[in-house]
Amino acid sequence: MDNVLLETKSLHRSFGGVHAIKGVSIQVRKGQIKAVIGPNGAGKTTLFNLIAGTIPPHEGEVTFQGRRITAWKPHAVAALGIARTFQTTKLFPHMTVLENVMVGRHPRTRSGFLAGMLNLPCTWREDCEIRAKAREILADLGLIKSAEETASNLPFGRQRLVEFARALATEPVLLLLDEPAAGLNIYETRELSELILKIRDRGITCLVVEHDMSLVMNISDDVAVLDQGQKIAEGPPRVIQRDPEVIRIYLGEG
Amino acid sequence: MTPLRRYWPVAAIALAVIVLQAALSVTDATYYMTQVTMSAYYALVVIGLCLLMGYAGQVSLGHAGFFAIGGYTVAYMTTVNLLAYRDVPLVHWLQSLHLVVQWQNLYGAEVLSFSPWPAFIAALLLTGLIALLIGVPVIRLKGHYLAMATLGFGLIIYRIVLGTKSLGQADGISNVPPFHLLPWLEVNGRAPFRIQNYYIAWATVLLAMVLAINLVHSRVGRALRSIHQNEEAAHSLGVNTYRYKLAIFVLSALFAAVGGALMTHYNGSIGPSEATVMKSVRYVAIVAIGGMANLWGAMIMAILLNFLSLRGVFGTFDDAVFGAILIAIMLFAPQGLLRMPKWHAVASVWRKGTFYFFARKLPDTAGESEKSRMSPFSRGGPHG
Repeated sequence: MDNVLLETKSLHRSFGGVHAIKGVSIQVRKGQIKAVIGPNGAGKTTLFNLIAGTIPPHEGEVTFQGRRITAWKPHAVAALGIARTFQTTKLFPHMTVLENVMVGRHPRTRSGFLAGMLNLPCTWREDCEIRAKAREILADLGLIKSAEETASNLPFGRQRLVEFARALATEPVLLLLDEPAAGLNIYETRELSELILKIRDRGITCLVVEHDMSLVMNISDDVAVLDQGQKIAEGPPRVIQRDPEVIRIYLGEG
Repeated sequence: MTPLRRYWPVAAIALAVIVLQAALSVTDATYYMTQVTMSAYYALVVIGLCLLMGYAGQVSLGHAGFFAIGGYTVAYMTTVNLLAYRDVPLVHWLQSLHLVVQWQNLYGAEVLSFSPWPAFIAALLLTGLIALLIGVPVIRLKGHYLAMATLGFGLIIYRIVLGTKSLGQADGISNVPPFHLLPWLEVNGRAPFRIQNYYIAWATVLLAMVLAINLVHSRVGRALRSIHQNEEAAHSLGVNTYRYKLAIFVLSALFAAVGGALMTHYNGSIGPSEATVMKSVRYVAIVAIGGMANLWGAMIMAILLNFLSLRGVFGTFDDAVFGAILIAIMLFAPQGLLRMPKWHAVASVWRKGTFYFFARKLPDTAGESEKSRMSPFSRGGPHG
């Protein structure tokens, strides 16, 4: 299929003797919200880390926009247009919210050490653009009032939003969201689903890893189910919800 | 921050420098300027280390080594006598370009050696190269491991300068000629040049501060701070963490080398004591007491503490004072003296006190942050 944006082909990864991921192949199509679900320890975050380049796979291949990106370093993956959020929010705690998002502009800007030290006019202009773009994104996510606040002073739910803003600032083609609903209450989760839909509608493809089914079933176009490092089912949410194997692992029946 | 607001402390310090010079000249105490000048060259090391440690979060216990490489390179190149090789075409050619010059040393002997400018540039290139070679394997290490590795590097440099005959072993290298920056401007430690050199040193420090401040507020500076605060997140946002850490390590070494090279011309000599680990520890202690990620704090502390040390105020406890500073800072204010949380607490009690006194009304706790932002006595919200 020509509209496949990201594809993993039989990825393998083990830690010590534990096989975290055993031959997982998934496809993410352009413009869709794809979810990867599964119980704790199913290998969801490992799969993410293999795609984002945090750890290299032992076997298998990752292709993005037809290009082989297996074992690329995270910064190179980010430059290609894959942004991510983390399961436990990883903000830059002592920087302001605005600065956090400004760091997100890094792969789309270029001023180096020398230009930075001399504060050349082009550097200054670029910095103004970075700031303007970051403010625009903050305004879009309703965070503009917190722009000058230190990131660690924000309540947890807002911190998660800042992480979204920071990832969006990299102008991603594909957004990897690692358990975005973890630790959020039901209202925040609802807002989050709306946000993810809004992001998708702007043409950014989303790959969501989620432990909790409700968010996934409401927003995703396609779901893959992992259990013990293997893909056990894949399809539209309605089909997945009725899949006996999925029901078995989720409800823990014999 | 607007660009001008960022520079006002530069103007303030420049003014203070002029006032201090006037005061010392009027009171006929210009000899103090010698130690201020030397402290300023040490401050260059501290500014570089502050970028590396305070902002990028990478410790180095080997910065005295880079200072020494800068200093020893200019000392060696400007004093090595090439008179025996004067007929070698290469030396002859360098002499025709004025890169090698003939001069008389203190004892009236003829010396044919490199002139200071090429020696200075060579010192920077050599320091940059060594920092790169050390940094490539070492900068991957984190925390204590990086500290230990750079400590090892510092020890090696110390033993090399102490053990190499051509570097003067325990005596170091003396008779280093003055450095003519411009025909009418020279780095020279003799008494008639005191005021001139006081200004040269301060100009260098303020230039270094402007470069460092610009860097900190730039795209690169944000990337460096992001590495310090969460390396994994920085990496995922496209920051090539390894390359940035390596680059700031080399840059920081270059700041130290400039300090070492200028100090050597100023003193007319350099000895192995400049390469000791105690010196490296001292630089780290100064960055810590200055507030870690606080360039102005680091610079002011560098001038102040080195000045006191050079005046002999600490006596035989010189190194012990810096050790004590490290212990005290780590125990009571790991964020640095200028960022001590207790000061914030005191300041906020003071603000609240004045608020109660004038308003005679308790602010409701729910809207406390809003209230304090609106209060005329606060300094602009939670960060005031």
